[in-house]
Amino acid sequence: MLNITEKILARASGRDSVSPDDVVFANVDKVMVHDVSGPGVLAVFEKLRKNGVKIDRLHDPEKVWVAEDHFVPAADKISAQNVVLLTQFTKDYGIRRHFKYGMGQYGICHTLSHEEAMVLPGEVYVGGDSHTNTTGALGAFAAGLGHTDVAYVLLNGKIWFKVPETLYFKLNGRLPEYAMAKDFILKIIGDIGTDGAAYKTMQFGGTGISEMSVEERLTLTNMTTEAGAKSGIIEPDQKVRDYLAQRGATNYREVHGDPDAQYAKTYEYDASEIEPVVAKPFSPENVSVARELSSTPLDKAYIGSCTGAKLEDLRAAARILKGRTVKIRTEVLPAAISIFRKAMDEGLIKIFMDAGVMVGPPTCGACCGAHMGVLAKDEVCISTTNRNFPGRMGHVESKTYLASPLVAAASAVTGKITDPRDLK
Amino acid sequence: MKGSVIKYARDNIDTDVILPGPYLKIHDYNELAKHAMEGIDKDFHKKVKPGDFIVAGRNFGCGSSREHAPIALSYSGIKAVLAVSFARIFYRNAVDGAFLLPIEIDEETYKEISEGDQLEIETSKNEIKNITKNKTYKMKPFPELIGKIIAAGGLFNYKP
Repeated sequence: MLNITEKILARASGRDSVSPDDVVFANVDKVMVHDVSGPGVLAVFEKLRKNGVKIDRLHDPEKVWVAEDHFVPAADKISAQNVVLLTQFTKDYGIRRHFKYGMGQYGICHTLSHEEAMVLPGEVYVGGDSHTNTTGALGAFAAGLGHTDVAYVLLNGKIWFKVPETLYFKLNGRLPEYAMAKDFILKIIGDIGTDGAAYKTMQFGGTGISEMSVEERLTLTNMTTEAGAKSGIIEPDQKVRDYLAQRGATNYREVHGDPDAQYAKTYEYDASEIEPVVAKPFSPENVSVARELSSTPLDKAYIGSCTGAKLEDLRAAARILKGRTVKIRTEVLPAAISIFRKAMDEGLIKIFMDAGVMVGPPTCGACCGAHMGVLAKDEVCISTTNRNFPGRMGHVESKTYLASPLVAAASAVTGKITDPRDLK
Repeated sequence: MKGSVIKYARDNIDTDVILPGPYLKIHDYNELAKHAMEGIDKDFHKKVKPGDFIVAGRNFGCGSSREHAPIALSYSGIKAVLAVSFARIFYRNAVDGAFLLPIEIDEETYKEISEGDQLEIETSKNEIKNITKNKTYKMKPFPELIGKIIAAGGLFNYKP
């Protein structure tokens, strides 16, 4: 009667069974650090050394991988120095997988986690970033941690977790072509609130999820963080196996919930009723139907980030932008170089450029208001990213509406919030 | 533990306002402290005193996993945040890194405590005394493991 999350945590902690609220020390299969959490980890190591702790090796460098994403291309001298620190870190501790900016494949850590099959079904995966939840769409337990906890995992190979209760979200039927996974997950966050899944796992299933591509599923799990969830998860199926096989990964131990698995609560949604929505400033739970806000003028459209610049996100945006011209400043930043290349091979980049869009390199930059196109005071942006707190994408008095790539692209064409169905 | 209250009477105080994104590249803890709460309170750095407490509503610290958030508050002098509830990563960062105490209080207590109130917190008794108002409230006891990690002085000092 265990669900997939309970089974993974039981296996990882050497128990036959676990129940919600049990505290376990789980063995961790994969750990990710990036250019923000990596230097944070090093600061923790320094502090430990000052207290007399000897640190000369990691528990298992083969389980560790490194991404450069938040402040690349280097935003300034400090961020350039952080990448130097990160590079030294991978060298000092013998980490083989470091995706470096400007050296072939690199990108946003969560995107690499699936694009490069860095994390596999049944694994326990932690990362020094809150959207680590993303990778749960492959059937792994994936959770974000701060850098003290990541440092602990790097040195000890395990970490404590309170076994979460699971909320089960069932999508019945296939999403209509004008709606995307982003609309579904924003609808859910609007319904349950930004702490509606606090400390819990959000699991997705039903025919609508079976029909959904792996990339779209990743949008759902990515955004579970915005409902306060510890993790998001989807049971692996043939689509996941094929997705991973295309990336050279075939050797893993899938975990599935028992047929009579228990969930704290089950929510059911009818796919045909999901329509294009936006989350208004300043919270992802502030959800409205896009059509109700169709007179809202915009200054910028942003199609980027781990949740909104996967290949299918770019395809969706290109479907709208083909043969049209943008009316507002619009940026497309593919989430990884492999996606950038596929988008180029498919002709998507040409469609964007013909539409007047600026295409940029993979980075978290503007999504977290750090660099590479932040917003000015009073500017209004429609964005395929995952957060719209005050100041998130720039000035504290700027405003961000979260939306699907279809809505963001349609809005770029009109300069106002636009439901893709209403585009002439 | 005694100190005075800085109150933010709102829910969902997120990590982007506790420590805005552009400062994530900084790992000098005292420098981070200068930018604490900048997203909602430009004057925080000037008014905060060592030993102060923050009091807030539901879901404090939601958003990113940045440990910079509890670090910035801790190095500003904040010893505890009293909130109706906490986002999970902020909570464990505060405890595992031994930066500050995340103390859960009920809605009534949250509403009753005012800006500037002098509090004395005794975690061993799960009690919060409001010296200014001459009242005593209950705090939610720390879960067993959390209590042990706090007592050890952070996760690295805790022996499972």
